[in-house]
Amino acid sequence: MTLGFITLLLVFQLIGEVISKGLDLPLPGPVVGMALLFIALVIKGDVPDGLKDTADGLLKHLSLLFVPAGVGVMLHLHMIRDEWLPISVALVVSTVTTIAVTALVMKGCCRFVDDEQSKEPNDG
Amino acid sequence: MDDGFYQIWVYLSTTPLLGLTVTLVAYQAGMWIYTRAGLHPLLNPVLIAVVLLVGLLMVTGTDYRTYFDGAQFVHFMLGPATVALAVPLYRQFKKVRRSFALILVAILSGSATAALSAIGVAWALGASRETLLSLAPKSVTAPIAMGIAEATGGVPSLTAVLVILTGIMGAVLGTWTLNALRITDWRARGLAMGTASHGIGTARALQVNDVAGAFASLAMGLNGLATAVLLPLILGLIF
Repeated sequence: MTLGFITLLLVFQLIGEVISKGLDLPLPGPVVGMALLFIALVIKGDVPDGLKDTADGLLKHLSLLFVPAGVGVMLHLHMIRDEWLPISVALVVSTVTTIAVTALVMKGCCRFVDDEQSKEPNDG
Repeated sequence: MDDGFYQIWVYLSTTPLLGLTVTLVAYQAGMWIYTRAGLHPLLNPVLIAVVLLVGLLMVTGTDYRTYFDGAQFVHFMLGPATVALAVPLYRQFKKVRRSFALILVAILSGSATAALSAIGVAWALGASRETLLSLAPKSVTAPIAMGIAEATGGVPSLTAVLVILTGIMGAVLGTWTLNALRITDWRARGLAMGTASHGIGTARALQVNDVAGAFASLAMGLNGLATAVLLPLILGLIF
């Protein structure tokens, strides 16, 4: 992890926050920052090594980072207690449906892609 | 309780050091159990850490604010980490550039399905507005989902827990669902796992097949972006 690239990530986040708040977008600032960095990488055409290392280091323990917020659920345990049934049925139905819809649409698209671009290696 | 120990506790419970340290310890305990159990999706390390910490705070009668004063140093890193997600997203994007438009179609259908089906089912079963708004971004990777929940009037911490539960369900039910539908294409299987159950589904896809893992990872990033843009519009139409 290098200081320069940590600063770069913070700068992108900051620009994202300014755009999000300034234009009153419903998009979170860091997501705007991520979109901007993605666009910058597409324009540049490759990922600098230092940025790659910094991003990988930060993302290696990504799941640790949402523990503090997750613990905040203790303030809302009554919501889960009162609404456990709609919550759990919605999670199961929605997860299975989403997997099914995405896979079926992609399957249809893949068939199209493979026909159109038969030169591309077929991973399937 | 010994008086000297009590004095130390009174001192420590007011410094950020304690909240920060117990967060790291609880997470590593979660990782240890998860690794020991052969990476079983039901033993998700974040879920274990959250359960341990909530238990600890309740037993010691510590309020969440006090804990968060310390834990906020970890929480703060969520912002730059979300920005950093652009790097793996770009890496995957580069590999699939030519079929990108079609992949986007599949991810957008998944993104809309995830939000609408969750809201529809929970609404039909009588969930409150606050719960519906917290539930809507549940298929998106936690840092982005929490940001979306905050921006759309949900409860970010409830969303964080629902996101983890969704990931676990995708990892447990995904293979079964895909086999039942006779989806054999690894690209379609990976994309579905990443769209429906973000990082936890992606981790599961990676265990099974490299191509599936790459597509899951791409889907996770794109679905985060797609949902962040689409969900406020969808919610604007519904509520």
